[in-house]
Amino acid sequence: MGVRRIWYVMWKEVIELRQDPRIFGIIFIAPVVQLAVLGYAATTDVRNVPIVVVDADRSRDSQHLISRFTGSGIFELVDVVSDERQVDRYLESGDAWMALSIPANYGKSVAAGLPATLQVVADGSDANSTNIALGYANNLLTGYAQDMVEQRRASGATTATMGGSIEPRVRVWFNPTLESRYFMLPGIFALLLLVVTSNLSSMAIVREREIGTLEQLNVTPLGRLELIVGKLLPYGIIGLIDVLIVLVVIVFWFEVPLRGSFWLLFGMSVIYLLTTLGLGLFISTISHTQQQAMMTSTFFFLIPMMYLSGFVFPIENMPDAIQPITYLIPLRYFVVILRGIFLKGVGLETLWPQALALLGWGVAILTLAYMRSSKRLA
Amino acid sequence: MRKTLAVGRKEFRQIARDRRSLMVLLFVPAFFLLLYGYALSFDLKDIELAVHDNDRSDASRDLVNAFIRSGYFRLTADVSSRREYEMLIDRGDVRAVLVIPPGLQRDLLTGHRVPVQVIINGDNSNTATTVMGYVLSVLQTVSAQYQAQASVRGSARPITVESRVWYNPQLRSALFLIPGLIAYIGMISSVISTSLSVVREKERGTMEQVRMAPLGTGEYIIGKTLPYFAISLATSVAIVLASMGLFGLPMNGSWILLILALSLYLAGALGLGLMISTIADSQQVAFQLAVLASFLPTMMLSGFVFPIASMPPVIQAITFVVPARYFIVALRSIVLKGADLSTFWTELAALAVYAAVMLALASRRLSRQWA
Repeated sequence: MGVRRIWYVMWKEVIELRQDPRIFGIIFIAPVVQLAVLGYAATTDVRNVPIVVVDADRSRDSQHLISRFTGSGIFELVDVVSDERQVDRYLESGDAWMALSIPANYGKSVAAGLPATLQVVADGSDANSTNIALGYANNLLTGYAQDMVEQRRASGATTATMGGSIEPRVRVWFNPTLESRYFMLPGIFALLLLVVTSNLSSMAIVREREIGTLEQLNVTPLGRLELIVGKLLPYGIIGLIDVLIVLVVIVFWFEVPLRGSFWLLFGMSVIYLLTTLGLGLFISTISHTQQQAMMTSTFFFLIPMMYLSGFVFPIENMPDAIQPITYLIPLRYFVVILRGIFLKGVGLETLWPQALALLGWGVAILTLAYMRSSKRLA
Repeated sequence: MRKTLAVGRKEFRQIARDRRSLMVLLFVPAFFLLLYGYALSFDLKDIELAVHDNDRSDASRDLVNAFIRSGYFRLTADVSSRREYEMLIDRGDVRAVLVIPPGLQRDLLTGHRVPVQVIINGDNSNTATTVMGYVLSVLQTVSAQYQAQASVRGSARPITVESRVWYNPQLRSALFLIPGLIAYIGMISSVISTSLSVVREKERGTMEQVRMAPLGTGEYIIGKTLPYFAISLATSVAIVLASMGLFGLPMNGSWILLILALSLYLAGALGLGLMISTIADSQQVAFQLAVLASFLPTMMLSGFVFPIASMPPVIQAITFVVPARYFIVALRSIVLKGADLSTFWTELAALAVYAAVMLALASRRLSRQWA
């Protein structure tokens, strides 16, 4: 293996990249922008739930009840209407997720100490958020009712007691505010790295084939390994620069605590880059045109990795038949490693199985790509 | 018109010759839906629950039973100190701990509001959110039972709440994930299939020949879109049908509206792909741009996984340029809610504007390059 020859291949690759210099802007700036936007977008908290109120009563009591909702910080009042039929439109269009209807005689019943019935209708088309918003609404109304009885008892208006009720006090450990950001950012980091580096390298060899310059390369004294190393190195360097930039954003901008060792994180990222570059190269060797390379990589690698890695959708929720497939996905291991280092501050003593799996994957795919390419180039 | 069709035919022949790409475009989307529709879910079962019961009364046992009977929780440990459950959570052995305060039974029967603490393991915030929803609903049910009993005994109960869920009464997460998946698959296949189509001609040098032909850029762009439009519309309809057959997605609205919404959405997605293709000077750049523009934003900024209402205002503003945002609303309205055009015409209008802008931009960039 001649260092000089590798150097020439690298240089040639960089010149070709510079054919459209915007590529550098894309691969260095786009990940940061994406990370910034997606980092803020990734929140599973249920807040600002748009609610429409049907106030058929328009009394002081109904106003009071409505102010409970608006003052809760969870609900956002979209509109107050008088007729129940108007609700349909709000829920159908999704302008409101929930409708609270207050019956016409509400104020009178409450004043007279008679029971009143409130109705809550929720839009179930976003099941997850709805479930939680319903819990909040019910809880709020029960608290309101309880306060009402206490008041009446205090003023001597009644001696009756209301049935006991339970006040949920939910605490979330490790992530008290349920900040999805802490959980999602490491995953986004892994995914961006995968997209950028494997896309770049998947075009590396197939481009030469498509343009017809691969034959020319074949007649030069360049060895296959030299060609591959020379082709992958620039992308590896780009990947490492991306790792550093993105880590800076995660730690200093988003202030995700890095509880574990930085060097371990960096080392793991290098191993991960081996797998993504190897994957790209492998795709390049099995494709005839860049279009094919792009389709193969998106459909057969990127999308499955995104959905089946546990990055957004928890693996433990998947059916038993699907779970074994996730072991084939390198991103799965890297996501566990990242979350472990970032959030829990654990080291290799806990993460070695994942690290080993990742390394194995990288070595396997690089070997496979090398073998395929030797057949093609011969 | 004839020229447009001629470009369309040429492009179609090119697609047809690349068997592998064609097969991928036709069949992989449906396969994805099958795999992911089956695999993905936010619904949890058998959540490991530990109980720290300080009351040891009938009421506390009833409460624990309510958790088990809900079908979501599995009692894995009965602990007697804080230290014990802390360890269980640290090790990840349990997802939630129910801490019952002393005097629960006494306070409930005398009509007090009793705080019951639940601790949730938050290392996976998505799962934690779901667990929290289940916890709140179980506690709510038990609480309502006590109040109902009290009202039977004749004491005052000022307010009762009746809640109902429309469109998805069992709150199945599949019913809201599948419209999102349909949007996702449609977006990716459209953008990926077209983003190389123009730049490839540039890179190979055949663009010069096209430029010499008596052909306007608008005709050229529309001609390039047509075959992909036909393919992606066909696969999308197949996907929708498959979701109905396999995952029980209902169809409460009109097919005509559904096809209209799909067409506008796909036209916009294809327009985006073509726009990228005219911007880029090499296929590598086009690939990179296409994936970055469609891959994560469609999933995370469309309301598919994360509710838009909870995002910070700046990010909410950004979501307005993500077409999937409108399409998912329209799709859910048609399919789940059976709504008519008056409720979601703004979404359709936004999709139409998006498609028009993207195709116009692509054609303008091209005419500047041809000039």
